[in-house]
Amino acid sequence: MIQQYWLYLIYLLGSVFFIVGLKMLSGPKTARNGNFLAAAGMTLAILGTIFMHKNEEGESIGNYAWIFGGIAIGTVLGWISAKKVKMTAMPQMVSLFNGMGGACAALISLVEFGHLHGDTPPVTILTIVAGLVIGSVSFSGSIIAYAKLQEILKKTFKLPAQNILTIILLVSILGLSIYLSFGHASTALLYVIFALSLAYGILFVLPIGGADMPVVISLLNSFTGVAAAFGGFLYDNQVMLTGGILVGSAGTLLTILMCNAMNRSLTNVIFGSFGGGGATAGEASTFAGGSVKSSTPSDIAILMNYAQKVIVVPGYGLAVAQAQHVIHELEAILEKRGVEVKYAIHPVAGRMPGHMNVLLAESNVAYDKLVEMEEINDQFATTDVVFVVGANDVVNPAARSNPASPIYGMPILNADKARTVIVSKRSMAAGYAGIDNELFYYPNCLMLFGDAKDSITKVVAELKGMD
Amino acid sequence: MDSTITFIGENIQLIYILILSIFVGIEVISKVPSALHTPLMSGANAIHGVVIIGAIIVMGHAEAGNWPALILGFLAVILGTLNVVGGFVVTDRMLEMFKKKK
Repeated sequence: MIQQYWLYLIYLLGSVFFIVGLKMLSGPKTARNGNFLAAAGMTLAILGTIFMHKNEEGESIGNYAWIFGGIAIGTVLGWISAKKVKMTAMPQMVSLFNGMGGACAALISLVEFGHLHGDTPPVTILTIVAGLVIGSVSFSGSIIAYAKLQEILKKTFKLPAQNILTIILLVSILGLSIYLSFGHASTALLYVIFALSLAYGILFVLPIGGADMPVVISLLNSFTGVAAAFGGFLYDNQVMLTGGILVGSAGTLLTILMCNAMNRSLTNVIFGSFGGGGATAGEASTFAGGSVKSSTPSDIAILMNYAQKVIVVPGYGLAVAQAQHVIHELEAILEKRGVEVKYAIHPVAGRMPGHMNVLLAESNVAYDKLVEMEEINDQFATTDVVFVVGANDVVNPAARSNPASPIYGMPILNADKARTVIVSKRSMAAGYAGIDNELFYYPNCLMLFGDAKDSITKVVAELKGMD
Repeated sequence: MDSTITFIGENIQLIYILILSIFVGIEVISKVPSALHTPLMSGANAIHGVVIIGAIIVMGHAEAGNWPALILGFLAVILGTLNVVGGFVVTDRMLEMFKKKK
């Protein structure tokens, strides 16, 4: 019994580490240590479980070879893939790991269902089924999110009557789960629920556009937290419960914060996926007739060289082109010539909030050069040159002025207010929201077509030649 | 109905933990700057890897001849470890980028 109490103490410590770690993760100075602390809490909880856990019959953990073998395989695979992944592919990696957690919860439920006796209380069965359903939805949803961000799945498709279909699916999952728990506990039915849940996860994420993927990943992340918490109920395990619920509630709040940053509601993200609407396409053509001014690297080098202040607006295009190093080079040259250079970071620039900060920090851009939207928006009017690199929707003035636009109301960077706006872009293709950008047709806007990295490298070469 | 009430009664401490954890989770991250949203999400992602403990319990109590349980349990341990290790390492890599330059 004493051993059991020691385990409780370890779980308590683990839970405290999770809470303090999560708290520290929300401040820039303490974040890294917070992550270590949470990892330490996890290690404690895992080792404690392996060596001290006893089940209701008082049996200790066995099958050490299987357990350590599994942990070894998981550690090596997880470590290597986390170390090797490029910074640009970070979001989908998080999604993939989240899916693994969901699958783990689902598998636990599948095995535990096999251990049921005739006298198991229905609520316990419901706990098992809930872990299975939420875990499976999280798993299949995360895999789809991964495939979308990795561009294995390029199109956003919507089945006919998609919303009705998903609702029917959801209701049948709920109904069958209750019937299984309180009525007839059959393994076949459990597998039907398993399959339906996987299908639901797929249908849930498929119609959602790439730009909204961060919100979806965050939501699925909190789902997995809840699935882990159901495991905590099942095993009477405090650390699983605190860890799971902590992520469930913090993840839900984080999801809402992300939606707020885009001025959208969660329901709008899930059900009103944009980009497919006919109205949007028709509207785009109203100013598609206007003319776009294309420019050359040498003109742009001259403009920047004689500017006093340049603001760079980075977007996902910068990440795709791997242009973070060359943009830093450009910044260094301009700074040396007395030009003030800042980066304007939109809260949802890139594909995840904070994505640009991570990417630019990787190429040694000073932290204080990255300015958040609220602070920099008033400075655009006094800026000579704004250099938009691979960003689109976050500088679309339609969000301010056109109530018919799907992104109307989303806070944007007021790049259009600057004296000159230079847009580095591969082509005239629309952004993730799938809508045209009238900024490109403004008289103060110059386009620099081509791969961002190539274009900026050319501008840097021109600048060097101007010594 | 009786069995449900019994369940609640027997698990009342867990239910308290559940309710309080919900509030702690919300409170703890309510003032996060948007630049840290991604690392925070990733860190939280690693924390829900705590589901690995369930996998260890399943695996540790699977009987020797019960192959489905052994295999599913083994898979669960691998996937859970992936979630934990990958999650923490990826988060650390993101945060490494935030260290102050000079």
